[in-house]
Amino acid sequence: MKKELLEVGYAVPRQDARAKVTGEEKYALDHYPENLLWAGAKRAGVAHGRILEIDFAAAEALPGVFAVLTRKDVPGTNRQGIVHKDQPVLAGERVRHRGDPVALVLAENREVLAQALSLIRVEIEPLPAVFDPEEALKPDAPRIHERGNLLLHAKIEKGKAEEAFSECAVVVVETFEAPCQEHCFLETENGVAWQEPDGKIVMIVSTQAPFRDRFEIAHALGLEAGSIRIISPYLGGAFGGKDGATVQCLLALAALHAQGRPVKMWWEREESFAAGYKRHAARMYYRAGARADGTLHALQCRLYYDSGAYAHLGGEVLELGMEHAGGPYRIPHTDIEGWCVYTNNPIGGAMRGFGVCQVSFAFERVMDLLAAKLGLDPLDFRLKNALQRGDRNCTGVTLVHSTGIVPCLEALKRHALWTGREKWKLSAGPFKKRGAGLAAVFNAMGYGRGLPDSAVAKVEFTPEGRFRIYSGVPDMGQGNATAFLQIAGEILCQDASRLELIQPDTERCLPAGSSSAGRTTYTFGNALIRACREMKAKLCHRAALVLMADEERGFALLPGKVRHLPSGRDVDLDFLARLLPEADRSSVGQTVMPVSQDVPDTGKGFIIGFPHVFFSYAAHLAYVEIDELTGKIEVREYLAVTEGGRVINPQGFEQQVHGAVAQGIGYALMEQVALDQGQILNPNFADYLLPTSLDVPDIVSVSVETVEPTGPFGMKGIGEVGANAPVPAIAGAVEDAIGVRLTRSPFTGGRVLSMLEETP
Amino acid sequence: MVRFVLNGKDMQIDAPPDRRVVDLLREDLGLTGTKEGCGAGECGACTVLVDGETRLSCLMLAVQLEGRQVTTIEGLQRETGAGLHPVQEAFVEYGAVQCGFCTPGMALSAVRIIRRNPDPTRAEIREGLSGNLCRCTGYVKIVEAVEAAAWKMSNKPPEKPAKDAAP
Repeated sequence: MKKELLEVGYAVPRQDARAKVTGEEKYALDHYPENLLWAGAKRAGVAHGRILEIDFAAAEALPGVFAVLTRKDVPGTNRQGIVHKDQPVLAGERVRHRGDPVALVLAENREVLAQALSLIRVEIEPLPAVFDPEEALKPDAPRIHERGNLLLHAKIEKGKAEEAFSECAVVVVETFEAPCQEHCFLETENGVAWQEPDGKIVMIVSTQAPFRDRFEIAHALGLEAGSIRIISPYLGGAFGGKDGATVQCLLALAALHAQGRPVKMWWEREESFAAGYKRHAARMYYRAGARADGTLHALQCRLYYDSGAYAHLGGEVLELGMEHAGGPYRIPHTDIEGWCVYTNNPIGGAMRGFGVCQVSFAFERVMDLLAAKLGLDPLDFRLKNALQRGDRNCTGVTLVHSTGIVPCLEALKRHALWTGREKWKLSAGPFKKRGAGLAAVFNAMGYGRGLPDSAVAKVEFTPEGRFRIYSGVPDMGQGNATAFLQIAGEILCQDASRLELIQPDTERCLPAGSSSAGRTTYTFGNALIRACREMKAKLCHRAALVLMADEERGFALLPGKVRHLPSGRDVDLDFLARLLPEADRSSVGQTVMPVSQDVPDTGKGFIIGFPHVFFSYAAHLAYVEIDELTGKIEVREYLAVTEGGRVINPQGFEQQVHGAVAQGIGYALMEQVALDQGQILNPNFADYLLPTSLDVPDIVSVSVETVEPTGPFGMKGIGEVGANAPVPAIAGAVEDAIGVRLTRSPFTGGRVLSMLEETP
Repeated sequence: MVRFVLNGKDMQIDAPPDRRVVDLLREDLGLTGTKEGCGAGECGACTVLVDGETRLSCLMLAVQLEGRQVTTIEGLQRETGAGLHPVQEAFVEYGAVQCGFCTPGMALSAVRIIRRNPDPTRAEIREGLSGNLCRCTGYVKIVEAVEAAAWKMSNKPPEKPAKDAAP
């Protein structure tokens, strides 16, 4: 290993890359303990119905079947859910979407498991079902849950929107629709679990929230959270889809019935589509107005998010949608109302851009339309209205922290891709049309008020003289583990050979929340800074004892040693390491993210997670070329300018921007969970299309470095913001090229072509 | 009984002929570097090299390995003697790895691209990688890494023993 200091601000290659590129890294999926059983769920296959009978006699009698479990075998509440506990581990009386599990089979191998699942006969009396959130709100709609179909309704009002419209010179009214998007992490939901002789459940699972998982399982199965140990290795992708229980409760239930044998559950791709969480489909009614001088003046919008059969984080996703509904702009009068509604569709949940992706489509298109009506340059119009520190955002919250949309837009305006766009557009080939589109977006960081966004970090000085960081937040691929090592290396002044990182394990690490919400490196990083500073002070103090120095001042922690600068004498870390007793080896740091102090009234709508005070910002530019014969859109160039405070690792930063943009391009051009009566018509990668290497251009990422003084070394989370801009930027580019106004995504060739044909 | 060469080692394995190769590798032989993302030949995560060609191990049965040379990600280092293969090195250095789940298959596809065409254009690299899905990277850094590896391999070819040299 190269003896290079791990420091903040350098493009340090990922510390996990080597083990991943050689195949040595063990993901949850790579664990096959001896003597394991395979678990699998029988899915309802009916969108809404009453379970009359589950006949599993034939399955149970099949040689190699270890157990068949149903609702009556579930101890505890049988209910899971992060905020609202409305989702059964195993459905007993009702099924609310086709992917609801009704029975759990444990078998000796996968072949027997598949056969046993096919032998289970489930008799379900179908009930009237509803698949559209607005339909589901009608008084005569079928009731999906006892308390009705409304998961959450809230209203944000600022100023007097209705009156303000009469003061506007231009007004735009438009309706937008964005579909359900699948995360498509390549490692599907999986884990292995077993029960130890003392009753403890141990689980190695692909999860974003190991510490919360214990409580989910405990609540659902009537266990003690302390009797559950969750280990979360590096994830093969997650993007929000592994935040919340996927296999966890089923697997723990299986372990309870496996007589100490390990059980493995691994959802196949089609099952991941059917039962996994998805980005919420949304319908958005927008009305926005600006004054003749080019200032935004009024916004009214009505947002309907389809939660599917259960809540998961639907209310919180809608909340972020509403909070971002006005874009990164000053708007004096807003009236934002939202509904998150149960339907019999698959379950909506967290996904990168968490509710913001959808409204960004709507708002940024509205900005283009207003600019056109006003005869203003779309970039200048945005700049004129862009939020700055000290402004109130569209919910009325005062922005007291770093607010960098202006530098993003200014950097974009200076960039050659912006200044050269007209020239590029003119050089389209035959039957091709070219256009450029712009989007300015933002994304909140952290859990928001009402749910403390906290982390506890521990660093240990091992007897071998190494520093071991106990990470409490999983690395789902976003690179936080490397950022943690850089933060520790920076403070402790050590190279990679003296630093190691333990992936989250609820028995060894300390609670640090979930890997989500753009808060992973911010919150854990701040806690880690404290732990490392304490460790550094400790080692300087202990070195002072060794050297019998009169005072602790003048000591520096250096690679492999502590030096007394006044005398030049060194104490080797290896020596100190052998000296320290066990009780003196660890330092712990903890932090809680600051929250907003001015909280707008939203009625009784938001219980937790509102409002936010930290946001990252981005301005994107897309060059598209449209084939007039097929309608196919090709993204030819892409520029992403991002503001996320200081950058801890420029390579990791770019990786996050590239990945977010690629997912956004997919959402713009091809991705949609196609649903018919709650059934997914494209539950595989042959029919659900993802961007390949041929669909994503060479994305140019520019970082506008500001500083967020509360963040670790000035950083903010930027993992999500980049996913919000591609849909509106590409739609804008298409309108620029061919004058077609796209209000429903994805913008498939067929859709574009039919709109082209309708255009006179 | 299936006989084949796996990462340079002669294998005789008593596997049912309809055992999927991905299961044979991962479960029976513990070579979990080969991943499975879809089980239907659509994502490329399970890519291995069979007689130097990229093959999807989720669509191959054990019996199809009879007499073949198989290289998995675990065997790639062997090909260069010691240390990482230049493709692996470039993946690390150029930031082509995020979650890493597509990486083994992607790296093997990259090796085949360069073997077939030591000086590929970016468009050819993109074409050659288009059967391997990656959900994390947007492919930009993967393409850069393959380009860099190709360059490195053509400028500094690994030293060959004299007997392998062309007459």
